[in-house]
Amino acid sequence: MRIKDHPIIDFQRGKQVTFSFNGRQVTAYEGETIAAALHAAGVRVLSHSHKLKRPRGFFCAIGNCSSCLMQVNGEFNVRICITPAREGDRVEMQQGRGEIVEKT
Amino acid sequence: MKKPEIAIVGGGPAGLSAALSAVRQGAQVMLIDRDPVLGGQLVKQTHMFFGSKKQYAAIRGIDIPQKLLAALQEEGNGKFDPRVNTTVLGCYDDGVLLLEKEDRAELIQPRKIIIATGAAEKMLPFPGNDLPGVYGAGAVQTLMNVYGIKPGTRVLMIGAGNIGLIVSYQLLQAGVEVTAIIEGAPKIGGYLVHATKVRRAGIPILTSHTIKKAYGCDSVEGAVLCNLDEKWCAVPGTEQSLAVDVICLAVGLTPQTELLWQAGCEQQYLPELGGYVPLRSEKMQTSLSHLFVAGDAACIEEAGSAMVEGKIAGLFAAADLGYAENVEALNETFSRELEELRSGPAGAKIRQGLSRLKGGAQVC
Ligand SMILES: Cc1cc2nc3c(=O)[nH]c(=O)nc-3n(C[C@H](O)[C@H](O)[C@H](O)COP(=O)(O)OP(=O)(O)OC[C@H]3O[C@@H](n4cnc5c(N)ncnc54)[C@H](O)[C@@H]3O)c2cc1C
Ligand code: FES
Repeated sequence: MRIKDHPIIDFQRGKQVTFSFNGRQVTAYEGETIAAALHAAGVRVLSHSHKLKRPRGFFCAIGNCSSCLMQVNGEFNVRICITPAREGDRVEMQQGRGEIVEKT
Repeated sequence: MKKPEIAIVGGGPAGLSAALSAVRQGAQVMLIDRDPVLGGQLVKQTHMFFGSKKQYAAIRGIDIPQKLLAALQEEGNGKFDPRVNTTVLGCYDDGVLLLEKEDRAELIQPRKIIIATGAAEKMLPFPGNDLPGVYGAGAVQTLMNVYGIKPGTRVLMIGAGNIGLIVSYQLLQAGVEVTAIIEGAPKIGGYLVHATKVRRAGIPILTSHTIKKAYGCDSVEGAVLCNLDEKWCAVPGTEQSLAVDVICLAVGLTPQTELLWQAGCEQQYLPELGGYVPLRSEKMQTSLSHLFVAGDAACIEEAGSAMVEGKIAGLFAAADLGYAENVEALNETFSRELEELRSGPAGAKIRQGLSRLKGGAQVC
């Protein structure tokens, strides 16, 4: 789903990084957000509503709507649409509201 | 606690112009933006800009921030302090700002604050609007024009204002099919040049149409449309189904005024200007004397007027601090630019909204 030829923009993609999503390996380019890389990999469902468990996806892409919250490297409720993907990140779909984890 | 002379929240066209204007007067400016790059909405606009030459019309939106930044770097003389990846979370009534950068918090106490936080997209209520695949136009642009990723394969665009028309064209350029643009009103809201461009490319624009529902199991698989009569009521028997995997909402913007609410600025609900907007004088000063506004945060308009409002806010914030050289002449020039931008039929709605603004200072 990545655009290869564009009449106006020349996409300068950085170097490739790999992270895991629910245990599966996903490739991103440096500077890309986790949500963008997941979208490019065809992942559309990012979370579920708390009560009715309806699927939630990408919506605003600027960290405003909270529909993309995931667990990243153990931390809950990370807005993956504004979080750059880094080599070795462990990204997981979150069940429930998550907890506050003390950072070390 | 750091005490910059002026802190500007938001580095879009309004914030960048405010910074340049204040720095030119001699003030010291901290410009804060939550994004990794400055430019706001402009970083996604690949089309030639409409508007007036003075505000960079006929230059692609993506190229404008570079020009403003180059001027800031050149004329900043160490007085320009840009902070990216930094979100302003709090704006207290005593003028203190709470900043967050990479999980670290910092309090600053600027002498003047300019809020240039831009706009947020409006939502449309319909069954299935929470399915993955229903995106705001801004998100589609971010995916496509910033990251080079297609949002999907077949798109239904809702809204035939300028944003709906332009984003549809950008989707075509990215190699994505746009099945139709639907618009509830009986006529197209955006400029004719943009409408002609998408029509020529073969995209139908269906006016007096709305979306009845989106369907799909785990994500959008299609949409049901129907016709609207002149009272905006659904016409029974006109339902039609379209197989699409993306529904893009371009149904308007509303000013991002949370920080102004927090600080306690007076606001007024004016639908012509996009919703709740802060009261302000012709100096772009709010009901709190240390707080100024500019751009879409003050009223949903265009990049051209956002830049001029930025210049005015920067000028008067600096003047209040004693950097008062040439203020009257500059203000006269800027006010005239604003007036020109808002003249003509395209500015009618804005003029009406501003004339209803309490205190009504911004009327041209
Ligand atoms: C598809 C599309 C096409 C357009 N085409 C044109 C055109 O051809 N001509 C034209 O004149 N205009 C056009 N516009 C309109 C124009 O882009 C906007 O009017 C303009 O960008 C508004 O500028 P601004 O500086 O007020 O806000 P923005 O550009 O939205 O910038 C606001 C900035 O504030 C930052 N921010 C927000 N909240 C915070 C916070 N709490 N902390 C830190 N930072 C924050 C944001 O990250 C952003 O960078 C178009 C808009 C769109 C969406
Ligand atoms: S998509 Fe809206 S917060 Fe991430």
